[in-house]
Amino acid sequence: MAGSGTAHLRDGDIVMRVENLVMEFPVGRTGLKVHAVSGISFDVVRGETLGLVGESGCGKSTTGKAMMQIPRPTSGSIKLDGLELTTLGNEELRSARTKMQMIFQDPISSLNPRRIVRDSVREPLDVWGRGSKAEREALVDRVLESVGIDPQRAAESRPHQFSGGQCQRISIARALVLDPTLIICDEPVSALDVSVQAQVINLLEDLKKQYGLTLIFIAHDLAVVKNISDRVAVMYLGKMCEISPSDDLYARPAHPYTRVLIDSIPVPDPSAVLADATTIGEPGSPVTPPSGCRFHPRCQFADDICKSAEPILQDIGNGHFVACHHPLEVPVSIQSR
Amino acid sequence: MSELQTEMRQEHQPLLEVTDLRTHFRTERGLVRAVDGVSLTLERGKCLGIVGESGSGKTVLSRSLMGLLPSSNTVTSGSVKFEGKEILGLPSKQMRRLWGREMSMVFQNPMTSLNPLMKIGQQIAEPLNLHLDMSRADARATAERLLRDVRIPEAARRLDQYPHELSGGMRQRAMIAIALACGPTLLFADEPTTALDVTVQAQILQLIGEQRRDRNMSVVLVTHDLGVVAGHTDEIAVMYGGKLVEKAPTSVLFAHMKMPYTMSLMRSIPKLEDPSHTRLATIPGRPPDLVHPPKGCRFAPRCAYARDKCITEEPPLRQAEDPNHSYACWYPVGSPEFNQREAELNSGAVPVTLEAR
Repeated sequence: MAGSGTAHLRDGDIVMRVENLVMEFPVGRTGLKVHAVSGISFDVVRGETLGLVGESGCGKSTTGKAMMQIPRPTSGSIKLDGLELTTLGNEELRSARTKMQMIFQDPISSLNPRRIVRDSVREPLDVWGRGSKAEREALVDRVLESVGIDPQRAAESRPHQFSGGQCQRISIARALVLDPTLIICDEPVSALDVSVQAQVINLLEDLKKQYGLTLIFIAHDLAVVKNISDRVAVMYLGKMCEISPSDDLYARPAHPYTRVLIDSIPVPDPSAVLADATTIGEPGSPVTPPSGCRFHPRCQFADDICKSAEPILQDIGNGHFVACHHPLEVPVSIQSR
Repeated sequence: MSELQTEMRQEHQPLLEVTDLRTHFRTERGLVRAVDGVSLTLERGKCLGIVGESGSGKTVLSRSLMGLLPSSNTVTSGSVKFEGKEILGLPSKQMRRLWGREMSMVFQNPMTSLNPLMKIGQQIAEPLNLHLDMSRADARATAERLLRDVRIPEAARRLDQYPHELSGGMRQRAMIAIALACGPTLLFADEPTTALDVTVQAQILQLIGEQRRDRNMSVVLVTHDLGVVAGHTDEIAVMYGGKLVEKAPTSVLFAHMKMPYTMSLMRSIPKLEDPSHTRLATIPGRPPDLVHPPKGCRFAPRCAYARDKCITEEPPLRQAEDPNHSYACWYPVGSPEFNQREAELNSGAVPVTLEAR
């Protein structure tokens, strides 16, 4: 895994295309670097939901922010509707950002606690001076209703008067008012109860249809990601392990790391056999990432080649790509021999 | 003591016996009935899962049992017997003898419950000094052994590190080491894995299970996720609106759940085997306001299977076919009224995922 390559990139109506994205951050004045993202590529077709999944520290949130250019990437290319964002000037970037919005993990801290929530939702419209005052208010009403928040109540309440699930709905409304093309959801349901989580996922699915959105959904829970996504990319320590249509990823996970993620999901069935979790270990350091395949220290199939050579994403059929020297599924190049 | 005698003692005296526990908070808005008449027992060496949404009272219940709530605005009644002794309402001076040595707690967020300015080793040694009068050198050696028990690599080096130098999973392991330090007989784990990655969650749950077996300790595992309790508990208590609404041995509960609430919680979990974009079943609305709880069944306003009786009359806790299984519902899963409503829901414009699994 944990490999590079661009074989999986597609043609067609691409909303977001990320190529060889590298994000590095200095560690104080030590001269060391955090290799948060080390050359990943992916694309998202219009109307599609791409899931980005991996453990803490795999670079999935950094990737999400890199698409918004916060901060600008160390290197690589990021194109929104064909427009290269990495070289844009500040003012052009500011206007390009209206087409993409983010939703964050902690709904309560992502809203200003001292502001009336309705004002928070309207603010993007005020900033851009969209429409007359009456038009703005009408739009805010419509959007709040579409996320299931009473506009009247929103006009007199602050975030602490709403539950976590409601605050997440309000954050979604705020992301929607500018009519974006792409919404990047960074762990939007991880802090919520399962019952509320289901509500928010259903809401995102509805809004996606209603507003013709393209979504990037970042999370660590593969079951949640699989439910909402058309395509899933599995990341590990700043590299891409596997990318595939979501049903195919679950039907035949090809990367040993994907297997680990699937086995870790708690199954609501007491008779299910629990996989031994002790061997899983923890991710290595992104400051001194392992050589070759970055997953090799935790991988039960690793051998010498995994320590020395980095695997490249290869096609295993059906739009399913894996970066592994010993994939659990046979690559197309070998199948055809 | 012969095996028979041991068995008899355990039969007659569970480790924890809770009878009609009520914890109410005095607030400006009125009395919040956070825990409202909960009874349960926990045997030695067993693991009890307490499941419910935010606001169901599960955290307040576990803190009431441990005596961790402020006395100024809390009104408690009922009885909590630990090893046969009444501990509800004991002043904290006396509770302190139980804390650490007899019962301890692992909290949800290891970053905010560890002291950021104290080295990990000192934080583990603190209860050892305090409760067991251990010398500094002994405490340090014990701390190192505990870190190895909870599988923290390079334990000796970690003793002199601060919490921010550890990963989230390791911090939670350190929390568990602190909780285990004085060898408690009862461990409360309040959402111990909610802030963690799924891979780390699996490891932490396995660790708690191993420690429970090694130490013959009882565990109360509080969580909102039925998936978490399924593989790691002997018995499950489902809470809603401050009340216990269903209680059963884990395998019985999953095979024959009776409360529509339990079933709805179960159905709202995304399942890996379902194709993507399967519509998730949700529970509409929110948990009840505990200042003015609904008159009848507290779940009735959100329940797709509720009828008139549910709104006016509160269902008592009744016994199911299995003598250890009890539930509070007038029209439980499988009853004719339930089946009739289920058929109506399925034939109407109801999402396909509501179909019975």
